[in-house]
Amino acid sequence: MSEAGLIPLTGAVPTAVFHPECFRLANGMEVVVVTNRRAPVVAHYVWYRVGCADSPLGKSGLPHFLEHLMFKGTRTVAPGEFSKIVARNGGNDNAFTSWDFTAYFQTIAKDRLDLVMRLEADRMANLDLSDEHVYPERDVILEERKQRVDNEPQALLGEALQAAQFLHHPYRLPIIGWLHEIASYTREDAIAFYEHWYAPNNAILIVVGDIDAHELRPLAERHYGALPPRAVPQRRRVQEPPQHAARRVELVDPRVRQPQLVRSFLAPSQHADDGGHAAGLEVLVELFGGGTTSRLYRSLVVEQGLAAAAGAGYQPWSLDPTTCRLMASPRPGVPVDRLEAALDAEIAKLLDGGVEEEELERTKGRMLAEAVYARDSLGGVARLFGMALTTGLGIDAIEGWPQRIAAVDRAAVEAAARAVFVPAHSVTGRLLPAEVGADG
Amino acid sequence: MADRATTPPARVEEVVSPGGIRAYLVTERSIPFLSLALHFQAGAVYDPPERAGLAYMTAGLLDEGAGPYASQAFRRELEDNAIRLAFDADLDGFTATLKTLTATREHAFELLRLALLEPRFDPEPVERIRAQILAELRRRESDPDYVSSRAWFARAFAGHGYGRPVRGTPDSIARIARNELLAVARERLARSELSIGVAGDIGPEELASLLDRTFQGLPDRASKPVVTATEPALGETIVVPMPIPQSIVTFGRTGIPRNDPDYYAATIANYILGGGGFSSRLMEEVREKRGLAYSVYSYLHEARLAPLWLGAVATSNERVAQSIAIVREEVAKLASGEVEERELVDAKTYLTGSFPLRLSTNDQIARMLLGMMVHGLGRRFLEERNGLIEAVGREDLARACRRLYAGELLITVAGRPEGLASTS
Repeated sequence: MSEAGLIPLTGAVPTAVFHPECFRLANGMEVVVVTNRRAPVVAHYVWYRVGCADSPLGKSGLPHFLEHLMFKGTRTVAPGEFSKIVARNGGNDNAFTSWDFTAYFQTIAKDRLDLVMRLEADRMANLDLSDEHVYPERDVILEERKQRVDNEPQALLGEALQAAQFLHHPYRLPIIGWLHEIASYTREDAIAFYEHWYAPNNAILIVVGDIDAHELRPLAERHYGALPPRAVPQRRRVQEPPQHAARRVELVDPRVRQPQLVRSFLAPSQHADDGGHAAGLEVLVELFGGGTTSRLYRSLVVEQGLAAAAGAGYQPWSLDPTTCRLMASPRPGVPVDRLEAALDAEIAKLLDGGVEEEELERTKGRMLAEAVYARDSLGGVARLFGMALTTGLGIDAIEGWPQRIAAVDRAAVEAAARAVFVPAHSVTGRLLPAEVGADG
Repeated sequence: MADRATTPPARVEEVVSPGGIRAYLVTERSIPFLSLALHFQAGAVYDPPERAGLAYMTAGLLDEGAGPYASQAFRRELEDNAIRLAFDADLDGFTATLKTLTATREHAFELLRLALLEPRFDPEPVERIRAQILAELRRRESDPDYVSSRAWFARAFAGHGYGRPVRGTPDSIARIARNELLAVARERLARSELSIGVAGDIGPEELASLLDRTFQGLPDRASKPVVTATEPALGETIVVPMPIPQSIVTFGRTGIPRNDPDYYAATIANYILGGGGFSSRLMEEVREKRGLAYSVYSYLHEARLAPLWLGAVATSNERVAQSIAIVREEVAKLASGEVEERELVDAKTYLTGSFPLRLSTNDQIARMLLGMMVHGLGRRFLEERNGLIEAVGREDLARACRRLYAGELLITVAGRPEGLASTS
């Protein structure tokens, strides 16, 4: 960690960032280690290559339910004890689920790593669920859904938008699941899913912190290496047909006080990138809608004074094609229609006029410089590698990122804009207060 | 765990510049950047009653144009150089965080100096930030977490600065004038109110010189109203009707001051009741046994003029009365001070063992150092802290439990709770 790191704005672009060590156990489990010796602490993550886009039909969100149930006991660890044992050893633990992955983690003193690896390996193979713990947890999921989604009009619009964007692919499903399908989960559903997908050969171990591969390998072999591999099915998901019709979704709700406008486009991911536009799109989104000097913020918020906020977002790590989103929130008194017209005009200007060399270089310089900060957080580093490796990519997706961004030129950004900002591939979402209707 | 409990997680230096500016510093050279956190005792509680949100709006504008740079030019200096500078205000504090690569360090501190000493408050950014705050306030009107918590503070501290919203009201924000923003910057942000924490790729001499250049121009003393300590009004249950399927409950009562000898015992008491994630009694009773909520938690809120113990739970309208009953029951139970030996030991091993985890990034360390200076904990706090936790005995814990939990709660509910109505 002693090299100078990424040089901001000028100088050579680095060919590596985190210098991970990688190996594979005999049973097929992948291992990634990133050494960071600043404190005697490690972040220990196990990722499974399965997520809510792999939900059985009619059981949307089941992978997330299983994530909760993984804390409900094994043949040797009592229900609820997992987190308590970690806490009694001064550690923090949790888990999270997305469309493409499910991940479990503990952050703990290095001398307790052996303990958490034993616990994590145990629940990979020996989950032992009883009705008295499964069904109250289903109620917990219902409460989680109400808290995250049903209580929040903005989240309800987000669900409608996602479901409209994907006509067929299971990314249309909410990660937490539809309310009526959550209510139908059974213990047997969860166990079948667990037996189907949870195996060492479908898992990735990522450890970041005060350790290297030489120290980790014997621990990994002892705990995870002892588990037999199992036949795990390929992730086979129905794929999206060509999209021909722009869609609009509008949520009108008396709870809404502040309207919002979102424009979502179907977009390539780094893994599903037939046209080769993912890197150009990453830079484009930053140039067009990242921060307070981007085109959208400058035009809609500062110069025209129509919006209180405006920006863009795109996350290239996704197994199948994903979305890119533009959003704007009107200033008090500004009709949403007027804001949408201004957003359309900015997109048209981009498509007609392209981008300037100067704004492109500024954007890339900022993105590369900011990457230095990513090295500071143990968990953040583990998450970067986990997301890449569960979405069909290798570690080069992370280590090669600076080179990949540096190579993006004007032609690549403009080609990405033309390929992605296509009206027929879009969904426009509007969040509106009930009392004033579509005028915002 | 004993060895870890006594190992200092990082070496803290007290840097005093030639001009007399103080900061706590942890030098960490492994990655070429630093994080700085600073705090002025100048937060929302000092806003005039009819100008709620003044400190918050000022914070929103300091990085929107200063010195020779108009708003967009200033934002470019920050973003093009990957310098992250942000200001904020809470009840007590007016705060800033700065993050910069080593290569752009001088420039970053110069931008911080300009923001503090030469903010422009040009008409365009003033109206833009005003519109952003108004939009934020409208959005929060439909956010049940905000509505519930706002109702709690409004009732607990009616007539006191703590009862007014930090972010203001549509009415107060609409009225704030440029000269009032300027006055906050000139009169409240003084050296006498300033605390600083820094972590990262910088040594004490380098920092001392930057401290002088950045902060020496600030006035020595602040001019701000006198505010008095207070206590929350307790005992009521207040329902704020909202058309949502799940009710959001805020509960709380008087806490224990940060500099009170019982503070560490109180930390353990809160861990046992609702601070300890899946190890807490509330989580066990509300979530694990009955599936009544996804989240239920509590924490000590170290507000200077009225320390608080606060918590929240979210449960479907039909069952929320049951969650509230359990919270009341568990608070009453712990007020008796009855704690199993195992619970005390587990709380101590977690609180001491996890302390280094809270110090693993430059941002975290800078924030911790800042807290040490704001609360007067001393330079050696990181070495002493686990010993203070270990020293808590059963009698200390029982006393802290009585002080924290024997007495009434104030409860506010946003939603349509069944079988529950406001008490007054």
